[in-house]
Amino acid sequence: MMNEPTHTVTRYDQELERLRGIVARMGGLVERQTAQAIAAVVDQNEEAAREPPRLDAEVDMLEREAEQLAIRILALRAPMAVDLRQIVAVLKMSGDLERIGDYASSIARRALKVEQLEGALSFSALRAMGRLVQENLHKAVEAMVENDATRAKEVWNADTEVDEIYTSMFRELVTYMMEDPRNIGPCIHLLFMAKNLERIGDHATNIAERIYYAVTGDMLPAERPRGGDAAKIIPG
Amino acid sequence: MNTGVQATGSTQASLSGSQESGQAAVRSGAEAVGVAQVATLPMSEHDEQLARPAAMEVRGLNFYYGTSHALHDISIRFPERSVTGMIGPSGCGKSTLLRVLNRMYDLYPGQRATGEVLFDNQNILAPGVNLNVLRSRVGMVFQKPTPFPMSIYDNIAFGIRLHERVSRSEMDGRVEDSLRRVALWSEVQNRLHSSATALSGGQQQRLCIARTIAVRPEVILLDEPTSALDPVSTARIEELLDELKGEFTIAIVTHNMQQAARCADQVAFFYMGRLVEVDSTPRMFTAPREKQTQDYITGRFG
Repeated sequence: MMNEPTHTVTRYDQELERLRGIVARMGGLVERQTAQAIAAVVDQNEEAAREPPRLDAEVDMLEREAEQLAIRILALRAPMAVDLRQIVAVLKMSGDLERIGDYASSIARRALKVEQLEGALSFSALRAMGRLVQENLHKAVEAMVENDATRAKEVWNADTEVDEIYTSMFRELVTYMMEDPRNIGPCIHLLFMAKNLERIGDHATNIAERIYYAVTGDMLPAERPRGGDAAKIIPG
Repeated sequence: MNTGVQATGSTQASLSGSQESGQAAVRSGAEAVGVAQVATLPMSEHDEQLARPAAMEVRGLNFYYGTSHALHDISIRFPERSVTGMIGPSGCGKSTLLRVLNRMYDLYPGQRATGEVLFDNQNILAPGVNLNVLRSRVGMVFQKPTPFPMSIYDNIAFGIRLHERVSRSEMDGRVEDSLRRVALWSEVQNRLHSSATALSGGQQQRLCIARTIAVRPEVILLDEPTSALDPVSTARIEELLDELKGEFTIAIVTHNMQQAARCADQVAFFYMGRLVEVDSTPRMFTAPREKQTQDYITGRFG
């Protein structure tokens, strides 16, 4: 563990290291899933579209492995203070990472169904959103691997822009659907993909919150900065 | 001072001297990032107990074994009807502090304390304190059960007779009541007049606690009371502490951190004769402020 002296019981250190290794591996995998899913849509890359679902099995397996190991350490080592916070963070982050993998797979599965869409509906917003989400996810995974609270706080603050793009995309797509019902099919796919990207951003933020608490012992405020609310676009 | 301690009331401020002189804060990350608003954990039951007035308060205590300076400028309060756990490696001073609280050290030559230990508005370190009265009001239970070589009944009656004149029937009542409070009555009621040394270790320790509470103290000091007991007897003692703290103020020295976590409302960590940190138990074991505390409780013994 960074900047910490080692435990007197060496095996305890090894177990914690292994646990951190599992989520680091998960982080790498879901980053790749997310990157490939975005490439699948915006470049209409068939090969890229196949990868996220293919990697999903390993992510799921690692999540179960992290849970088993965390439970074992809790039972056998009675961890305290920073160790306890780290282990609980790993338990929760592995859940976040697994969800990110699912969302990326879901995007990849829809990716090739929108090619028939007219050029009017460019992928530019999705591309911009994808870039931001990828960047945030990358920083969150880095903060996780390096136990970096400062970087975690950056991620936590940076999700606003993703919310804003999602909200404007939502507005745009609703307009297209109202203009021509033939747009509804591809627009729905695009909406779901945007929603999935936005959810990936949320889980990256969750990871940042967990890291921040694990490292500092302080919780970030319950409410994070948000940009836009898509629910307000369509009057109920 | 940080959020965890603020809730324990303004009197805790006297601790700040020894705490802030400690090592760099573990949670410096929070300061580096500049958190505007930090959510605090709900720790209500402990905070409520720690906010009570102090039954005992130590201020600027120094202690010497001859020329050896064993305790350095200790300040700590023991909120009434709460359990204070004292942890730290051997030789850290926690047992020494316990022995100061009822002036047990007076039994040994060359031992000297300076500073103040306030109990009932009086500095018990001052000359002229009646030590017999003090020790009846501040009782002590030791690591090894120390029953007197006499009957179960007399073990308890002995202390009462030292301080009070009571009738036979009243004595019977006091003995029964004390044994009931430590959940020993049902096990010994048919052999009250047989020797206490025939009891099991766990029963002997509960008898010693019964003997201590029989003289109706205000504070009970326990020095590693379960280190010689099996887990079943240990659990009984811990359950007993939970009940007794409704009436008594308890300070317990333990090498078992899990025991401190289970029993204490506040935990004090001592290292090399200094009080490194004292805070509510959940705070100490989830997010201690001092690096030394964290290294010790997480098993990084350097």
